[in-house]
Amino acid sequence: MTGTLGKDLLGLESLTGDQIRLILDTAEPFKEISERAIKKVPALRGSTIVNLFFENSTRTRISFEFAEKRLSADTVNVSVSGSSVSKGETLVDTARNLEAMRIDMVVIRHSASGAAQFLAERIQSNVINAGDGTHEHPTQGLLDILTLRDRFGDLNGRRICICGDILHSRVARSNIWGLTKLGAEVAVCGPRSLLPNAIDEFGVRIFDRVEEAIEWAEALNVLRLQFERMTAGYIPSAREYNRVFGITRERLDRAPGDILILHPGPMNRGVEIDSDVADGPHSVILEQVTNGVAIRMAVLYLLAGGKPELAEAAKGGGGRGREDRE
Amino acid sequence: MKPLLLRGGTLLDPSQRLNEVGDVLITDGAISGVGSKLATPDEAEVIDCAGLIVSPGFIDVHCHLREPGREDVETIATGARAAAAGGFTAVCAMPNTDPVTDNQAAVGFIVRQAQRAESSRVYPIGAISVGQEGKALAEFGEMVGAGAVAVSDDGKPVASAQLMRTALEYARTFKIPVIDHCEEPTLSAGGSMNEGIVSAQLGLKGIPAEAEEIMVIRDILLARLTGGHVHLAHMSTKGSVELIRWGKERGIRVTAEVCPHHLSLTEESVRGYNTNAKMNPPLRTAKDVEALREGVKDGTIDLIATDHAPHHYDEKEREFADAPNGIVGLETALAVIVTNLVETGHLTFSDLVDRMACAPARIFGLPGGSLKRGAAADVTVFDPKARWKVDASQFVSKGRNSPYDGMTLVGRAACTIVAGSVVYRSGNPVRGREKSVRTRG
Repeated sequence: MTGTLGKDLLGLESLTGDQIRLILDTAEPFKEISERAIKKVPALRGSTIVNLFFENSTRTRISFEFAEKRLSADTVNVSVSGSSVSKGETLVDTARNLEAMRIDMVVIRHSASGAAQFLAERIQSNVINAGDGTHEHPTQGLLDILTLRDRFGDLNGRRICICGDILHSRVARSNIWGLTKLGAEVAVCGPRSLLPNAIDEFGVRIFDRVEEAIEWAEALNVLRLQFERMTAGYIPSAREYNRVFGITRERLDRAPGDILILHPGPMNRGVEIDSDVADGPHSVILEQVTNGVAIRMAVLYLLAGGKPELAEAAKGGGGRGREDRE
Repeated sequence: MKPLLLRGGTLLDPSQRLNEVGDVLITDGAISGVGSKLATPDEAEVIDCAGLIVSPGFIDVHCHLREPGREDVETIATGARAAAAGGFTAVCAMPNTDPVTDNQAAVGFIVRQAQRAESSRVYPIGAISVGQEGKALAEFGEMVGAGAVAVSDDGKPVASAQLMRTALEYARTFKIPVIDHCEEPTLSAGGSMNEGIVSAQLGLKGIPAEAEEIMVIRDILLARLTGGHVHLAHMSTKGSVELIRWGKERGIRVTAEVCPHHLSLTEESVRGYNTNAKMNPPLRTAKDVEALREGVKDGTIDLIATDHAPHHYDEKEREFADAPNGIVGLETALAVIVTNLVETGHLTFSDLVDRMACAPARIFGLPGGSLKRGAAADVTVFDPKARWKVDASQFVSKGRNSPYDGMTLVGRAACTIVAGSVVYRSGNPVRGREKSVRTRG
């Protein structure tokens, strides 16, 4: 059975503004569950979920796992080093084997763009994209948006700038789609060698200087700079990147108004973001992490066919919740 | 061999400005008569061609038949039969086989396998460099002696300008074209589709049009420098058309080909990570398609070639970036061109026959390309109005990787004749050449 999101969550490009709002609204009651002493409700009891990670990830995998466990699902983690993939099994064979084990959902992280869609088209289970190559990372986009909405209320007309390596960032793509659909004004800022050549056609504003971005924006989403970008020659050095594009206290001090700082993590302190910014008053970075669990609970719940209006009730759990604690 | 009379078709032969309803008589493997209401010799087989077009046999100067090395994917025999089913009486086989076709023995092997196939003709193309490694020049003279009709490192570009220069100079002795796969390798590295808005949205590394165009202008300038004949394979961009036009206006010996897919599809086909829309060069934009159509119409682009590239089903059934490049094309080329260029008014049927039959024969110095009396009887009979749904599972080729699978197209080969023997009849693929043709009634 599928909810109002359809079978899978592959990206924010294919969602409507209403569907995105539905996920954000559904996440609200789930936030509270994580604040309890007993952080568990029975909404997905009996469901089997595989977390299929073909790429290293710590926080996304843990966040999904907590979300699944707090909804009482049975979970199995498959990481690339311990699976038959390293023995040369193809993704399509992996998919067929999962299908044969009658699992309910797959959370997939893969280094190839399109891998989540590839899997979704070949199995009946729900598929959640936990990051595919440089394509999309929808739950990260959603948790960023939820964090912004917590602070701004409505995102319509709000000015958000995504800073850094847009070219290789699935987080940037999901943010651009999601924010745009909710009516926010979106900009990007970074070295031109790390922006897609066709960025003009995304319908976003472009800043070549981070100072201009800070002057314009009400929130900056600061992307991690992957060190392989230096070795591949996209930019000369981390030192220069920090000098030209780093988010520093000095630069933020010149912001004309309040400005929120987001970072999808993990951070390179002293490269794209300075420690006194990451740990400072503008930062909502840890709120993002907290919201990540709620967003993932909402997505799992909705894809499993949960009724959004029952999310509030689901968190109560009643007698079944107690049963579950045994 | 019994005589063959093709009766009542529209005879279309731009090589002699022929465009009229009439008959073609074939005797002893050669065309012995062209005209209206020819007498039927005793024992001749008569093929009714009413409503069909009778033209010089199509020649595909660019295909990958995978033998030797990947006989599971295609063989010279299956490739030749697929060619026949597509209306091609001859194809040129690219040398990126395993081992590479870079010496006279390897060229001779292809010639022999083609003879054994007894279907459409297969002409080998030899490698430019030993092992296609881009270093030492292969033995052009020995390969031409064994039957090679051109040289190419296709599949890879000739990265070294110096090697390309030498190849163009050295090939002059043997009067063969040097075919280049134009791709600046440092610019295209890691790319899996056209660079643009679609690649940016899908998160796939793009290959800019400039990766092709830089090599196009380099090759044109080297042809000017050397006086050699450069033939540019599978042109895909508007800029390439403009550069070739520039070269031709200056009398430089440059010829060029375009593939049916680059004339009919755009990068939009990749959406959904469709690996059957993955090829190199990649599908480009609508502007490029329009410029290529104009180029093939005004003759800037000389001919149409398929770049037929079969792959095993499993190899395409995977993550987009890891899937191999290429699609099969022999059995859809005619229909794709009729549907996308003739029906849209870009080309006349006469232009189509020129770009698919006459120009390839002329440019590569191959037999055929004409219905003149005395010419080798390589003839394609096709139905310009046949409407059919592409079903890749029914292809004669071993390859199934077609972006046209399921599409309804117009135009289909009805009968393919090589050296006076029928090698294909619609609805009835012929295994080998029909040796004893029986007259009926």
